[in-house]
Amino acid sequence: MIRLVPRTEASAFWQIATPVMAVAATMLAGGLLFAIMGYDPVSAIRTIFWDPLFGPAAGYSRPQLLVKAAPLILIASGLAVGFRAGIWNIGAEGQYIIGAITGAAVALAAYPASEMWIFPAMVIAGALGGWAWGMIPALLRNWFGASEILVSLMLVYVAQRIAAWMAFGPMKNPEGFGMPGSRNLQQYPAASNPELIAGTGAHWGVVAAVITVLAIWFLMSRHIRGFHIRAAGTAPRAARFAGVKPQTLVAFCLGLSGALAGMAGLFEVAGPAGQITDKVGVGYGFTAIIVAFLGRLHPVGILLAGLLLALTYIGGELAQLTLNLPAATVQVFQGMLLFFLLGFDLLTRYRITRRVTA
Amino acid sequence: MTDAAVFQARGIGKSYPGVRANDDVSFTVAPGEIHALLGENGAGKSTLVKMIYGLVRPDEGDMVLNGQPHQPADPRAARAAGVAMVFQHFSLFDALTVAENIALGMENPPPRRELSARIAQVSQDFGLPLNPARRVVTLSAGERQRVEIIRCLLQNPRLLIMDEPTSVLTPQEAELLFATLRKLAGHGTAILYISHKLEEIRTHCDRATILRHGRVVDSCDPREHSARTLAAMMVGGEMRPIDRSGRQAGEVLLQVKGLSLPAPTAEGTALKSVALTLRAGEILGIGGVAGNGQDELLAALSGETRSAPGSILLEGADMSRLGPEARRTAGLLAAPEDRLGHAAVPDFSLTDNTLLTAGARKQLVRKGLIDRSAARAFAEAVIRAFDVRTPGPGTAAKALSGGNLQKFVIGREVMQAPRVLVVNQPTWGVDAGAAAAVRQSLLDLAGQGAGVIVISQDLDEILELSDRFCALNEGRLSAPVPTDGLTLDQIGLMLGGAHGMEVAHL
Amino acid sequence: MIDPIALFLLLLSASTPILFAALGELVVERAGVLNLGVEGMMIVGALSGFATAYYSGNAFLGFAVAALAGALVALPFAILTQFLMSNQVASGLALTLFGLGLAALFGKPVEGVKAPSMAAGPLGLNWIVWLGLAMVPAIWWFLNRSRTGLILRGVGENHDAAHALGYDVRRVRIAAIAFGGAMAGIGGAFISVATVLQWTEGMTAGAGWIALAIVVFSNWTAVGVLAGAWLFGGVTVLQLRLQAAGVRVPVQLLSMAPYLATIIVLVAISARQKFSRRAGGAAPGSLGQDFHALR
Repeated sequence: MIRLVPRTEASAFWQIATPVMAVAATMLAGGLLFAIMGYDPVSAIRTIFWDPLFGPAAGYSRPQLLVKAAPLILIASGLAVGFRAGIWNIGAEGQYIIGAITGAAVALAAYPASEMWIFPAMVIAGALGGWAWGMIPALLRNWFGASEILVSLMLVYVAQRIAAWMAFGPMKNPEGFGMPGSRNLQQYPAASNPELIAGTGAHWGVVAAVITVLAIWFLMSRHIRGFHIRAAGTAPRAARFAGVKPQTLVAFCLGLSGALAGMAGLFEVAGPAGQITDKVGVGYGFTAIIVAFLGRLHPVGILLAGLLLALTYIGGELAQLTLNLPAATVQVFQGMLLFFLLGFDLLTRYRITRRVTA
Repeated sequence: MTDAAVFQARGIGKSYPGVRANDDVSFTVAPGEIHALLGENGAGKSTLVKMIYGLVRPDEGDMVLNGQPHQPADPRAARAAGVAMVFQHFSLFDALTVAENIALGMENPPPRRELSARIAQVSQDFGLPLNPARRVVTLSAGERQRVEIIRCLLQNPRLLIMDEPTSVLTPQEAELLFATLRKLAGHGTAILYISHKLEEIRTHCDRATILRHGRVVDSCDPREHSARTLAAMMVGGEMRPIDRSGRQAGEVLLQVKGLSLPAPTAEGTALKSVALTLRAGEILGIGGVAGNGQDELLAALSGETRSAPGSILLEGADMSRLGPEARRTAGLLAAPEDRLGHAAVPDFSLTDNTLLTAGARKQLVRKGLIDRSAARAFAEAVIRAFDVRTPGPGTAAKALSGGNLQKFVIGREVMQAPRVLVVNQPTWGVDAGAAAAVRQSLLDLAGQGAGVIVISQDLDEILELSDRFCALNEGRLSAPVPTDGLTLDQIGLMLGGAHGMEVAHL
Repeated sequence: MIDPIALFLLLLSASTPILFAALGELVVERAGVLNLGVEGMMIVGALSGFATAYYSGNAFLGFAVAALAGALVALPFAILTQFLMSNQVASGLALTLFGLGLAALFGKPVEGVKAPSMAAGPLGLNWIVWLGLAMVPAIWWFLNRSRTGLILRGVGENHDAAHALGYDVRRVRIAAIAFGGAMAGIGGAFISVATVLQWTEGMTAGAGWIALAIVVFSNWTAVGVLAGAWLFGGVTVLQLRLQAAGVRVPVQLLSMAPYLATIIVLVAISARQKFSRRAGGAAPGSLGQDFHALR
């Protein structure tokens, strides 16, 4: 008979080993899935995980890695702080969309001015928009005890519809020949978020992601606020005893993750996406949840996990082009990855021992 | 003799990783006998009864019930064989009614109406009044126990196990419980009675089996021994007497007046104009049955809940609107009852656990930045001064035994040199050695001129430590009385006598 | 002029997917498990039900398969939370993300085709609508009057006590999770097979999350779930009516109504549970907590 013995301390080895195992298991299960669907599993896996970096078209796809990873890392870093405290913001997608809209609004209002302040003001407006959208579930939870999980998620659907309304209504490009969607910010130098170093894909969002990772690491391991967040997540009563006000923590975590998601949205709309459309939200907010868990809610882990999931996005697009794999493949991969990760996580918290039953 | 036994254990052994919970345990319970299982916390009593009730399987040895081999696969099998158990914790369903709770404890409960009738019948027979339609969440601790007892009685058990049943009762309620048990024993039921309270075992039990470190050290008639000898058998060796000397009441440190707070939750207790005065060098004992406002009072003093302005004054300064951090800075410290999850974070190391309360006073946190080496040094200092048995300050709090973690928690507060320290259940579930160390440290703290409030359900502890005594009853605090010459009976009456039991006894 | 009876019949249809999903989740939560994967199970039910109905030509068979598929896709969640001690919130999210991906992946072949027609029941309403209404008293009876329902409530209220009394907490919970999956599957299939008559990616559009909110709204009772589902159905019907009537509000803003209504209702009910002086909300005592028994 197999039994589980709780570990007194989470195993450091398994902390690192389980995400790696989860990735491996996902590749195996994914390969199986491809085989069932009638594709060659080996070439499919290679196309998704190897070719974007080292394949024949790597010159085009490699810069995409940072472009895709930056929003994931920005959002996931903020989410992880809340998840550590047991505060479940799963509406980052909505905060991302609102941040993109408020940020773009500054640019569209300033058009065609070319002052230096425009882009920084957009970043601030994007962060503020995401922050405000995140504060709605925070305040509703603090004042009325409404579940932040459900409220933040409902607000994603609301944000999507606001984006659609903007694209078809108030923000529609007056010179767009009636096509839905705002002006393209890539063609508006004062407001655009360009590639900073040619061929790397690095834009201001990448810079912000790196700074965020460092800042979150500092917060969580060196600052008493980070200590209180960790305490509140594992022992809420002990945190209150230490002097933590739960309401403050809820507002801090949802506000922070909202602001980071909003910023990510702005960097995207001012850069790679270029304009506000009804499809502004592309799912980064949801994928970032997986990134946060895969990175073990640790900033450095999130950095690596963000790069890996960015790889699956690019690989998925490549597989769509070359192997004709459906676009949803990546989504299934990401879901499986989270399942396996949560399953293997058992090893960090429990020792498995075998016992001979009497 | 053996043939007539209701229950017999022969050479029972059980191991958990790193712990030998039971080793070669043998004893016999006769029909109509109230048999005490006596031992310290961690002596292996709970493991033993869990095996009898089918929750845990023994590694070695065998058990006999009514002459049949007793190897229950689960509690249902044990119940079918005639074993019933009244738990200390975790066995009632708050949101369900009394009748539903009882039905869940039976194999084949009769239809609702018939069940209600039978509950009424049994509660009449044994003088345990209960309304079957009430939800358990609305019942007092004593009434909840009645639900458990009736749940057992409806199954006509051959062996009834009672796990520390009097810990939630006033002395008067405990007397009524024993009257019920005696009546039941008169019908031939054997009762296995688990406790570490020596006096009640001496007065009410026919036999006592004493466990220490998982082994049977003696089996005797408790009425023939003094409490002192039983204690010596239980802990193995004489207890060090407590030193109460060298204390003198000084100026007023803490003043609480008109402290009223609504109940924090549906199960909580409201505080009703609580007033007290604490002087330097004094220990004030606050007694009461569980759930009469102890946790709420501690939270109000620690700063976890705020109260009306002017209701809590420390050396004249108003604390009532301040949070825990600010109160600690001012010198008002506290240690809550629940070590794991309230006074300490179970998953955190001892070093990290110092940051929970000692950040400001011991300069472990400056301008929000954590000084990890200072925290480790403080944790090491507490470990050394309070003889906390642990591999080091990096060990997680949950890996420590109850006694060692309690020494750490109390030590963490005492070593911050508080002006006033409030503790709730400082020795609950702690072995005798650690309990003595904790109590001595509180006396020493008061000896150095601090004021100490000890909230406890252990009346012996309160009598041992405190200079004055107040009773907490349904959120109201009585006026203090000096502890010199106070008897358990008088205390029992102050604690509210037997809640709601009068009806049954008329 | 709008005929109130016709409007009510529309409301009954509009509320059916949520009613099924929320009744299923009600049983799951009463057993002490919080499954945030409702959306994922619904979308899998929507696809499998639609595909079965399309290929077999039998819509009722589609619903049966949807129930089975919903229960099956809930299985990883059950294994994760009941055997591998995973966090219920994270596992539920994983189930939703996985279900959405799985349905999108396997849904390609049936995009753009039309569902077979179904024979209507009394009052011209789909039989599944009637089944949903019948499930309300059935689940009420199960929870409040049956022995198994009592055990299920006991497990959800206090799993340690239920374990101490000898009940198999895991088995009860796994069964409840599977039932919740089946109900969500039927609810999802109703959208594709009986309402939209087509399969499109992401067509459940948050219905699963609304169902979760309705369980909170219901104060964990079957009748409350019915009231919540009707409230939601009413808002949806009204919003569609306003769109059809050409009200001068952008369509995108009108279509927010169900989500905003859900938030408002959630806030109102949470506030009532928070500030009520009676015994608080009726949330099961062990809801969302991990259970690990040492033997």
